[in-house]
Amino acid sequence: MPTSVIAPAFDVEKIREDFPVLKQHIHGKPLVYLDSAATAQKPVSVVDAIRHFHEVDCANIHRGVHELSQRSTAAYEETRAKAKQFLNSKTVNELIFVRGTTEGINLVATSWGGKFVKEGDELVISAMEHHSNIVPWQLLCERNGAVLRVIPMNDRGELILEEYEKLLNPRTRMVAVTHVSNALGTVNPVKEIVAMAHKAGAVTLIDGAQAAPHIRVDVQDLDADFYTLSGHKVVGPTGIGILYGKSALLNAMPPYQGGGDMIKVVTFAKTTYADLPYKFEAGTPNIAGGIGLGAAFDYVNAIGLDKIAAYEHELLLYGTEALSRIPGLRIIGTAREKAAVLSFVMEGIHPHDIGTVLDRQGIAVRTGHHCAQPVMDWFKVTATTRASLAFYNTAAEIDALAAGLAKVKEIFS
Amino acid sequence: MVDDLYQDLILDHSKHPRNCHAMDDATRRAEGYNPLCGDKLKLYVKMDGDVVKDASFVGSGCAISTASASLMTESLKGKTREEALKLLDKFHDLLTTDTPVTKDLGKLVVFCGVRDYPARVKCATLAWHTLKSALDGATDTVTTEE
Repeated sequence: MPTSVIAPAFDVEKIREDFPVLKQHIHGKPLVYLDSAATAQKPVSVVDAIRHFHEVDCANIHRGVHELSQRSTAAYEETRAKAKQFLNSKTVNELIFVRGTTEGINLVATSWGGKFVKEGDELVISAMEHHSNIVPWQLLCERNGAVLRVIPMNDRGELILEEYEKLLNPRTRMVAVTHVSNALGTVNPVKEIVAMAHKAGAVTLIDGAQAAPHIRVDVQDLDADFYTLSGHKVVGPTGIGILYGKSALLNAMPPYQGGGDMIKVVTFAKTTYADLPYKFEAGTPNIAGGIGLGAAFDYVNAIGLDKIAAYEHELLLYGTEALSRIPGLRIIGTAREKAAVLSFVMEGIHPHDIGTVLDRQGIAVRTGHHCAQPVMDWFKVTATTRASLAFYNTAAEIDALAAGLAKVKEIFS
Repeated sequence: MVDDLYQDLILDHSKHPRNCHAMDDATRRAEGYNPLCGDKLKLYVKMDGDVVKDASFVGSGCAISTASASLMTESLKGKTREEALKLLDKFHDLLTTDTPVTKDLGKLVVFCGVRDYPARVKCATLAWHTLKSALDGATDTVTTEE
C-alpha cells in the first residue's frame, strides 16, 4: 500500500479512497483540491449516513411516537453526544445545533449581546477576523451603542498580546477572536486570550470554524465561554454547525428565535421556554445535516486529530518550502504557530488570473479577499491566492501546485 | 486551453495598459467596484458635445479587467454617446451569449474567450459598467453586483 512520502506512517492513499470526489479529472487533469478552508470534501461514510436517513429513517424529530420519529430523534441526538466528546464539553445541554459558525456568532451577538451589552460597553475582536466575526458585533454596536476595539497584529500575522492587554478594561464585555485565521493560517493562543479576558471580567467567544477540523479542541481546557464551528469544514455537510456555550450563560440568555420545539407551554398570555439546549433550537432543524455531522465526527476521530494535525503540519512545511522557491512569490501569513494554509501573492500577477490558470490544470484554490477584507488592507493587497490543505492532500499535489504556478509565470511574465 | 482566454493582445494590454492615467479636465467620472475580488477602477471621460473625445482609467485589477479597460478606452475615442452604449451591448453579448462574433467590435473580439469562463465575465465588464455609469452621469460607485 503506497504511503505518504513526507509522513510514512500516515496512509494518505487509503484515506483518499474514502473521498470519491477526489477521483475525478478537471479540464483533463486529475483534480487537485486545495480549497478545504472554504469547505472540506466529504467521505463516503458521511454521504451514506445522509442517504440512510432519507431512505430509511426519515421523520421529524422530538415529535412523533412512531418508530421512524424515534429513530431520527435518536440519530440526531447522538450527534450532540459525539459533539460533546469532540469538543469535551461538560454536558450535551451546552451544545446548540446551528446552521454554522456564522449563525453561532449571530446567536450570541443577538441574544447574549442584546441583553448584556449596554451603551459605552466595549467589544474586542482582532485584526484577522472573518467578516462573520466582525459584522454581527458591528450590528450589535449599532443597536446598543457599544464600541468595537480591534487587537492589532504584527508582520507575520500574529496578534500582539501586549496591545490586547491595553485594550482590556472594566467596560470590556466581550472578547471574540478566531482560533485559526482563514486567510493567514495563524493559530492564536486562545487559552491565554481567554484567561486575559476573564481577568478583566469579559465573556469570550472563539470562532472555531478553521480550527475544529485540524487541531484538537477542548472547550473546558480553553475555558472559552462560547465556541462555535461549522460542520462542513469538518468533512460534514453544509448548513449544520455547533455552538457551545457555558450553561450559566445560555440559561441567562433569551431565546434567539421563537417557534416550535423551543417551548414548554404556549398560551396567549405567557409562553415558557424549553430547557437547554432546545431553548435555542426553534423549528425543524437540518436533521439530515446533523446526522451527517455525527458521521463526520466519527470519521475524523477514527483517523485521530493528533495524527491529522501532525500530517498537515508536514504538508505545510513541504508546501512552504516549495512556494518559497518560486521567485516573486510572497507568502502572506508567516505565523510561528500556523495551520495548513498557504496564502500568497505573486509580483505583477493578479490572484484571479492565477486561479483561472491553475483551474485549467485541475487545481482548485481560493482567490480573493477570503471574507477578510481588513486582513487584506493590513497587508496592503487587494486579494491573495490561497491553497488550504487537508489530511487527504499529498506532497505530490503540492508539487502539482508548484508546477501550475510555473505555468502561471510563463504566461504572465 | 487557457491560451484562448489569455490571448497575446490581452496580455499586452494587461502588462502595458493604454490610457492608464487620471485626467484633470474630464467631463465625466465614475468609479467601478467588483466586490467579489475587491478590484476598483476609476474612469475618466472627456466629452465634446455628444462625442467621446478622450477616455482614461486608473485602478488595479486582474489581466482581464485591466486589458478590458485599456482596450475600451482606445475603442471609445471618436464615438458618440449612443455608439458607445451600443458597443457596450455588443460587448456584453460577446461575453455572455453564443452570438456569432461580428466585425464591428474591432479589437474587442479578443475577449470572446471569456464566454468559456463564466466566473471571469465580471472582470471583463467592470470597465464597461463603469462607462455606462459615467455616461449616465451617476455619482455613486457602480458595482458588478447589480
